Amino acid sequence: MKDLHARSHSTAWRWLLKMAWRDGKASSKRLLLFVASIVFGIAAVVAIQSFGENLRQNMALQSKALMGADYKIDSNHPPKETVSKLMDSLGGYQSREISFPSMAAFSGTEATKLVQVRGIEGEFPFYGMLETNPPNAAYQLKNAALVDATVMMQLGLNPGDSIRLGKVTLPILASLKSIPGSNAVFSSIAPPVIIPYHFIEKTALVQTGSRVNYDFYFLDPNTDLEKLDESIGKVLDAEDADLDTHLSTSQRLGRRYDNFGKFLNLVAFIALLLGCVGIASSVQIYIKEKVQSIAVLKCLGADNRQVFLIYLLQVIAIGFLGGLLGTFAGVLLQQFFPYLLGDLIPVSFEVAVFPTVLFVGLLLGVVMSVLFSLNPLLGTLHISPLQALRVEGNQTKRKSKSQLFASAAIILFIFLFALWVLRNPLYALSFVLGIALTFLILAAVASLFIKLIKKYFPVGWHFPARQGVKNLFRPQNQTLILVLAIGIGTFLISTLYFTKDLLLAQAEMDAQANNPNLILLDVQSDQRQAVKQILTNAELDLTDEVPIVTMRLHAIKGILTNTIRKDSTSRINRWILNHEFRVTYRDSLIASEEIQQGKWIGQVDQNKGIIPISVSDNLARDADLTVGDTLTFNVQGVLMKTQVSSIRAVDWGRVQLNFTVLFPKGILENAPQFWVLSTHVPNEAASAAVQQDLVRDLPNISVIDLRQVLALVESLLSKIAWLINFMAFFSILTGLIVLLGALKTSKYQRIKENVLLRTLGAKGNQIFKIVMFEYGFLGLLGGFTGVILSLISSQVMAIWLFDAPFIPSWVPFLVLIPGIVLLVIFVGLTNSFAVIKSPPLSVLRKEVNV
Amino acid sequence: MCVLKLSEFLYLGCLTNTKLFLLFMSKILNVRNLKKTYSSGSNQLTVLQEINFDIEARETFAIVGPSGSGKTTLLGLCAGLDSCDTGEITLCNVPLSGLSEDELAKLRNQKVGFVFQNFQLLPTLTALENVAVPLELQGDKNALEVATELLGKVGLQDRIHHYPSQLSGGEQQRVAVARAFSNNPEILFADEPTGNLDTATGEKIVKLLFDLNKERGTTLVIVTHDLELAQQTQNILKLKGGRIVEHEKRMSL
Repeated sequence: MKDLHARSHSTAWRWLLKMAWRDGKASSKRLLLFVASIVFGIAAVVAIQSFGENLRQNMALQSKALMGADYKIDSNHPPKETVSKLMDSLGGYQSREISFPSMAAFSGTEATKLVQVRGIEGEFPFYGMLETNPPNAAYQLKNAALVDATVMMQLGLNPGDSIRLGKVTLPILASLKSIPGSNAVFSSIAPPVIIPYHFIEKTALVQTGSRVNYDFYFLDPNTDLEKLDESIGKVLDAEDADLDTHLSTSQRLGRRYDNFGKFLNLVAFIALLLGCVGIASSVQIYIKEKVQSIAVLKCLGADNRQVFLIYLLQVIAIGFLGGLLGTFAGVLLQQFFPYLLGDLIPVSFEVAVFPTVLFVGLLLGVVMSVLFSLNPLLGTLHISPLQALRVEGNQTKRKSKSQLFASAAIILFIFLFALWVLRNPLYALSFVLGIALTFLILAAVASLFIKLIKKYFPVGWHFPARQGVKNLFRPQNQTLILVLAIGIGTFLISTLYFTKDLLLAQAEMDAQANNPNLILLDVQSDQRQAVKQILTNAELDLTDEVPIVTMRLHAIKGILTNTIRKDSTSRINRWILNHEFRVTYRDSLIASEEIQQGKWIGQVDQNKGIIPISVSDNLARDADLTVGDTLTFNVQGVLMKTQVSSIRAVDWGRVQLNFTVLFPKGILENAPQFWVLSTHVPNEAASAAVQQDLVRDLPNISVIDLRQVLALVESLLSKIAWLINFMAFFSILTGLIVLLGALKTSKYQRIKENVLLRTLGAKGNQIFKIVMFEYGFLGLLGGFTGVILSLISSQVMAIWLFDAPFIPSWVPFLVLIPGIVLLVIFVGLTNSFAVIKSPPLSVLRKEVNV
Repeated sequence: MCVLKLSEFLYLGCLTNTKLFLLFMSKILNVRNLKKTYSSGSNQLTVLQEINFDIEARETFAIVGPSGSGKTTLLGLCAGLDSCDTGEITLCNVPLSGLSEDELAKLRNQKVGFVFQNFQLLPTLTALENVAVPLELQGDKNALEVATELLGKVGLQDRIHHYPSQLSGGEQQRVAVARAFSNNPEILFADEPTGNLDTATGEKIVKLLFDLNKERGTTLVIVTHDLELAQQTQNILKLKGGRIVEHEKRMSL
């Protein structure tokens, strides 16, 4: 009996599969469209996921080449004795480097350039390559310099020209294409110049306030780096030095790309969501059309479960196929990413295929399509067999508990996916809420538009236009979902565009008019007069003159930093203990500062005991400080006891010198210090001229031209924007697929309408116009909805995030909306030829294969 | 289960025991005090009331009446497609009131056949697959063979792989008849089987229906407003306004 039961069970399953296959085969064209609507979303998710996975893998594999060594010990002081001894006990370093930013001048050109001078001794890099042109340049042997290839190209330099750094002039041996651990974008403000180590001292550029790094590289492949970090990390900390292993370097780099990857992943997921919403609405209509068949099946004795399973199996097959195709496309797609991102990627990129990624693609395909189809599928349970007898049966429309459950499952799954990507429940929740809000607002705006058109119907228009609009509201129309899909895509692209506008507008605002745009760093006290003279000669005004004193924390609230270091329970953030604070003193606050707590004291008498200082809010938070707490600073050997008299909120977003610690006037005037001076130069030529004068007379001063930085920010943004546009495009593509699905679904109905019109005497031209108007309106509705929503969200961002006035550019209105309208019309028309051309007879015979 | 075996027994041609069988088999459909009300909004619409009748096994039975008299509703109730408000229906010795939807489905699958006015073939299945559905639902491995044989009987052996849309109305109804007999039903309900067909084709379908009915020993219940068709049955139940106005028993044909 049991055996019999089992056998009938298995035959039952076989029958279900057979039915699902037979039934699906006949509707295969439409089911394939369902497949297509998730393919792009899955392709996007898989591509991003796989790319990120590859990047991580490549970074791990090439992690030694990223650093060029197994580990390094670095400090911004010459190593103290304990550190030297420690390095000896490790077997001694194999290579060392001193690096700092400095201005460089070149033979044969008047131009000067801020560069990162790197004096290297030994065989560094041990892993990876110094890529030069001509190759294998032996700069140490030939006492020559390697200069960044981009700089060489910009300034028209060739090997054989010379470079002047401070008091040293060296021949340029070759151009430097790459050096382990750096990439084009992050080194373009101060591109690298490599010289032999022993020239550093001769340049005489290492002076007070110079931001100098001392690095000692170790080649020691057999060391357990984690153990090493445990054993010497704390000792080094205490001596203001750091251990940096190749593992931590690649991890740090990895994190940088991770965040960007997460963002892209969510953008891709939105494309997938859109596809799924498309599937949900298509399955709804699909099931509606199957009502008669389902009723007959029930008459013939199929039970609810069997009918439900027949269609569930079809949906699972759709999801599986979509997942498979999408995964395949995604793996192909990611091959293009390295070209899109170019030099943003720090490693050479080899693409591998990861089983986890493939699994995720398939899983997403099946789970998402099942979840989103669950609601219409559960509807089959309520179809009565009686409907086979009566065409217009009274179908129960109540929402059952299981349908509510299906909606909850969708939300839960979106949350879980976001959680998996973001690994933070709060962010994941915000994502779900954000998505829900966006969809709701879009749906609300779209349905508002639709209502408005219905209410204020353009009765005065000519017939094709009116008929076109009316077609949007035909029974079983999918107008809302189409507007949603097209709208989301447009929203993403135009929001991106507006955000870029905002970022650039803000940066430009800072560079505008009277704001300083040329910053002179490392000006020694005795050079101030000379700098001022050069500026005066060039008819430039000195906009700002900020003194900087470097100091370290000695004690916090009376407890020595050395003691805090050993206390593993301390809530004080570690960066504070080792940080070299660059402190200024003045008697007033500037525009980017605002007192949050306490009272600002701008002037004190030198001999009046405890010094009242002001700290920034982030320092107060990280060091657990409130007004009244004491801090003891070590100012280059002299201990100074201070008390927090105020806590400031600082707007770090402004391109401006901001400080975490602010002293009042009257204390630091005689401490060893250097200055940052700034001025506004009207144009490029003036900037170049004054830079030449400065480098000639005062070679240790570094000059940053903010306009160059701006250009860099712009190029970086447009590169990233490219990738996001690429992803957003997938949403639009999905929207078009959903549109195709909707066209196919309503094909028979539309053929009937058009044939009727033709029978009543409509010309082909008129029908063509009707179709064109219909899709024109649809595209306009979607595009306009998306742009409006992105205007709102950009405005919100402008107010809350950027604090900048937002003047939307016209591009989304002039390019994006017409582009999308044309695209929708194109897809609509090309897929309506069958409808326009079909002979009236086919409708009368009801022989159209939908 | 026992009943089914016996009917198969009959079908195999052992007609000598027929009378004995009928004695304990007696009524295949028994309807008592049936009432059905539909509510649309606040309006209560009584579609059927005070319906009482029996149908004996192997009888032919017609339910006639003008449009809106409740014929199709009565058919639906008798076949277990819907439930009545009051009263009791016993189909093949099983009281329907106690059955769940799935139990009703199983009962229909094993003992009931249907022919519909608008054919109601599954448009996504071929003629052969349509006929095989009831058997396949039972897990019958020979479903396709039986279906092929039946399609041969209705004269469609050449069209078994055609889809419904490739068949004419008459051909579709013949497929539907073959499907109705494929599970060897004890009772077959036909709802206006000729309603969508021209007279000549309709007559052919009716002949087919009656021939197969006789050959297989099935009970046949036809809903129709075609009195000529009704005249061919042994019983005629006339409905008007949801009530029985006449029950004519015609002993011999």
